[in-house]
Amino acid sequence: MDIKAYIALSLTLFIIGIIGVLTRRNAIIVFMCVELMLNAVNLLMVAFSNMHQASGAAKALPTFASDAQIFVFFIMIVAAAEVSVGLAIIVMLYRNTHNIDVSFLNRLKN
Amino acid sequence: MSNIFKFIWLIPLLPLLGFLITGLGRNFLSKTAAGFVGSAVIFASFVISVLAFLQVKNGDTAAVQYFDLINIKAFKIAFEFKIDQLSSLFLLIITGVGFLIHVYSTSYMHDEPTKDFSKYFSYLNLFVFSMLVLVMGGNYVIMFIGWEGVGLCSYLLIGYWFKNNEYTNAAKKAFIMNRIGDLGFLLAVFWLITKLGTVSYDEVFTAANIAKLSIEDITAITSLFFIGAIGKSAQIPLYSWLPDAMAGPTPVSALIHAATMVTAGIYMIARSNILYTMAPATQHVIAIVGLTTAIVAATIAIKQNDIKKVLAYSTVSQLGYMFLGLGVGAYTGAVFHVMTHAFFKALLFLGAGSVIHAMSGEQDMRNMGGLKKYMSITHITFLIGCIAIAGMPPFSGFFSKDEILAAAFAEHPLLWVAGVAGAMMTAFYMFRLYTMTFLGKFRGTQEQEHHLHESPGAITFPLIVLAILAIMGGWIGIPEIFIHGGHKLEAFLEPIFAGSNAITVKHEMSHNTEFLLMGISVLLSLFALLFGLKKFSNYNKQSDKENTGFAKVLEDKWYFDELYKKIITRPLRNVSLFFNNVIEKKGIDGVVNGTGKFINYGSRQLRWLQSGQVGAYVLLMVIGMLVLFILQLFIKN
Repeated sequence: MDIKAYIALSLTLFIIGIIGVLTRRNAIIVFMCVELMLNAVNLLMVAFSNMHQASGAAKALPTFASDAQIFVFFIMIVAAAEVSVGLAIIVMLYRNTHNIDVSFLNRLKN
Repeated sequence: MSNIFKFIWLIPLLPLLGFLITGLGRNFLSKTAAGFVGSAVIFASFVISVLAFLQVKNGDTAAVQYFDLINIKAFKIAFEFKIDQLSSLFLLIITGVGFLIHVYSTSYMHDEPTKDFSKYFSYLNLFVFSMLVLVMGGNYVIMFIGWEGVGLCSYLLIGYWFKNNEYTNAAKKAFIMNRIGDLGFLLAVFWLITKLGTVSYDEVFTAANIAKLSIEDITAITSLFFIGAIGKSAQIPLYSWLPDAMAGPTPVSALIHAATMVTAGIYMIARSNILYTMAPATQHVIAIVGLTTAIVAATIAIKQNDIKKVLAYSTVSQLGYMFLGLGVGAYTGAVFHVMTHAFFKALLFLGAGSVIHAMSGEQDMRNMGGLKKYMSITHITFLIGCIAIAGMPPFSGFFSKDEILAAAFAEHPLLWVAGVAGAMMTAFYMFRLYTMTFLGKFRGTQEQEHHLHESPGAITFPLIVLAILAIMGGWIGIPEIFIHGGHKLEAFLEPIFAGSNAITVKHEMSHNTEFLLMGISVLLSLFALLFGLKKFSNYNKQSDKENTGFAKVLEDKWYFDELYKKIITRPLRNVSLFFNNVIEKKGIDGVVNGTGKFINYGSRQLRWLQSGQVGAYVLLMVIGMLVLFILQLFIKN
């Protein structure tokens, strides 16, 4: 498949993520959008990795062409850990404010 | 007789020891102990000085080197003392008069707290030490050490009652004005070092070294030294500190501001006489400055009412005569006048101190009068001092003043006329002072009259000794026309001034001219004296009119202080204020504070970026990313 399609998809996902983060105030949705951006990048990485492997260009490098595909799993694991922390924060936020609107977070300022 | 020159280092060392003992022990020394130590060390110095003098009199002089003060490659300044005719004579004056004044002080200062009493004696000893170093030093640098030392002690002693703001200001004035002169002195020393590479008298005054100096060099060096002398010896334009220096205790005025320190300038010029003889231009300046000072100060003295102020202006005036003498090449006459002046001026000041003491601190002559019957010893001795300073024969002032005036006549008759006018004024104001103080009716309060008494022995003893000296001090310099070979001082000082005498053309005067001049000046002074006596014998306060016109100008001291304030002090102050307010506060502080303020202000503005709105942060982040993205496109191209 043409790499351009992957790039387009990834870019679309990423922009959707950005717009979501910028416009929505619900913490859960913001959080989901952040994950979306993360995974858009993941997708792009896997796609590029695959492209390299197919073209054989990576053979000249002292690494394996499939490195990125393994790396993606690491990123997903770290993301999972991050999600658990983030969700915990949101839960605490809700417990304290009975609200999950992110604009409430500016209260930390005072 | 053993060689006393081995022990001359003791002469300045003893007063220094006295200074340390009374200074460090001021908290536990009793008044008697402090007074005894202070006086005893000076007396010991006096004894050694006398022995040294006797040896010098036999024609023996010495330059003793102790160690190198400065030693840089080929350039060396040794710590050396020079005992010759000139310095041994000054040693006698300083330690002799100094001792009497120390004795006097033990009684005069007795009402001071013990601690201050010791402090006073330590300063006085330090002063004598500095003065001795000044006189004994074998080169200009050692002289400069003493020169600065006496300036310091003068400052300390004028400001002795430092709680009085006015006195402290007077002390500062004296110090600052002296510093102006000191700068001239220092520059002259540097000039000498640059040209000759030595400052030692023995080397500078050799014919070979003098030949190395061009006439411009000599004129510049002597002028700069003279500036130093102007400051130290209170000549126009730097004289106005001396009258203000009367803020100090009276014995201090007698010792420092009449008998010794102010004559340092004359000593220095007499010491460098050969240089001055080689620079006639400087000599003319000296003669004119001296004469102007003598006249101006005498006119001011006529209208002063403070007993010490009159004496202070009289000192300035007499110093002017000494400079006139130096200026016309009568070095012996100037040194002679230093000596006789030390006797009678110390006597007058101490007498005035005795009067002030009896009057419980009153210094205004208008409130005195008729003290003759209360204080007979003070009265007699004071009268002797007045006659001596008025220049009546055979008192000491006559001989020395006449010698200077005769030399002035030989130089130019106009100098003589002005000098005699000054002498007349001297006779007039001294007898105005005498009459207002001792004759007539008492004009003070009842309380003061009740308190009037003759001063104790420690005060009258120095008065009597000084009175005898004031009468007889002049007899060592009797002019040739009276007794052949009568001028012993001239013969004694001959080696010092030999170099100058060889160069100068002697103006021979016929004996008749000299007699005539002498007769005229004595008669005119006598006339002025009697006029002063007559005019004020019926003085009373009520009939005293407010001064107007010229008299007011004299009373206000020719407005010298006001003039200095206008043309020097105030502009200087304004410039300083400008630098303080504009350059310092607005300029330098502005930059420093401005930096701080700018950071502070900028941070406060930047703080609004930290809104706490998560959305805003993300937006900024995105914008940032876009900017970088676009930039990267451009860079690539």
